[in-house]
Amino acid sequence: MMIMRESIVMKIHYGTAIGAVFLTVIHIMMRMTQDFHESLEYENVIANYQMIGYAIMLELLLILISVHGFNGLRVILLEMRQGPTYEKAVTYGCIASMAILIAYGSRTIIMTSMGMV
Amino acid sequence: MSNVSQEISVEKSETVLSPSKSIKLRISRSNPETNSEEKFDEFVIPVQKYSTVLDVLLNVKSHLDHSVGVRYSCRQASCGSCGMKINGKPKLACFTKIEELDTDTVTVEPMENFPVVRDLVVDFTRMFNNHKKVMPYVVSDDSEIAPGTDVKEILQTPEDVDKYIQFSSCIKCGLCNSACPTMAMDTSFVGPQALAQAYRYIADTRDKGKDNRLKIIDDSHGIWRCHFAGSCSQVCPKGVDPAMGIQLLRSYLLGIRS
Repeated sequence: MMIMRESIVMKIHYGTAIGAVFLTVIHIMMRMTQDFHESLEYENVIANYQMIGYAIMLELLLILISVHGFNGLRVILLEMRQGPTYEKAVTYGCIASMAILIAYGSRTIIMTSMGMV
Repeated sequence: MSNVSQEISVEKSETVLSPSKSIKLRISRSNPETNSEEKFDEFVIPVQKYSTVLDVLLNVKSHLDHSVGVRYSCRQASCGSCGMKINGKPKLACFTKIEELDTDTVTVEPMENFPVVRDLVVDFTRMFNNHKKVMPYVVSDDSEIAPGTDVKEILQTPEDVDKYIQFSSCIKCGLCNSACPTMAMDTSFVGPQALAQAYRYIADTRDKGKDNRLKIIDDSHGIWRCHFAGSCSQVCPKGVDPAMGIQLLRSYLLGIRS
């Protein structure tokens, strides 16, 4: 069962890991622009979402972590059992779960940044 | 003259034989054909300073129980036949001295990650199939002897040879596959033995089969499933470092090396 070559999948896997670490560092450093507890207050969190640059970064972080995480899960599940039907189910199941998570997370980011929350 | 013979006589009388001691040998016994469960038979065996585990097993076979199933051939770590788990670690029985185990009880079991044929004998079919799959030979249109001409040599520098020579020492004993944690879980994993051999031929400057080999190992149960535990390199009796070969192969697939 091969959607794309495993080396390409793993290049994406490593790339998303590096990207996610980089964006997470920025995300954490944003807490330092003000007092930590203050940065987590409702109004400040909503204000962060409404900064377009920050909202794009959160969206990217969501995509990177979802792609990396679900590919990692796929690898673990493929090692636990083998067989064409099982492997097909795992691969498509992980892709579908990843798409659902990204869609749901994007909905939250878009609605909040547009002031709908 | 008489003095000389006396000295020789004295020397002979002082020759010290290595002191003998006894160990308890526990041998795993099982036969999947008769569905018998694994059990351990115990034997007390005298050993000398340089006795190997294989010597002790053959002693049991010769004098105490002829039915013990053990595979061996060269007795000098060249054929790769006598791989087994000795006190929990995969080792060659002919290459493991009792003394180095530093214990009075030696337990021998069949290697992990291989189907058991009987007692200490395991089935190598899967390993040999994976070995064949990676094309373990030099792929080249050039012949070293060009027809109708003088003998032609395909020259390699010592640096060219250094790139793969350690991987040529593989004796296909299966100890690396036995120690591999991925092999324990993933029955389709190609394994460190085959991956190390794939690297051995890809790194050979005479070889033209690199692209085909990389395609074969670039599979969902191929090279990427290695967790780099490094246990394959630790157990190799010939000093091959399959874990390093696997990382070097990955660098080809990631485009770091060409």
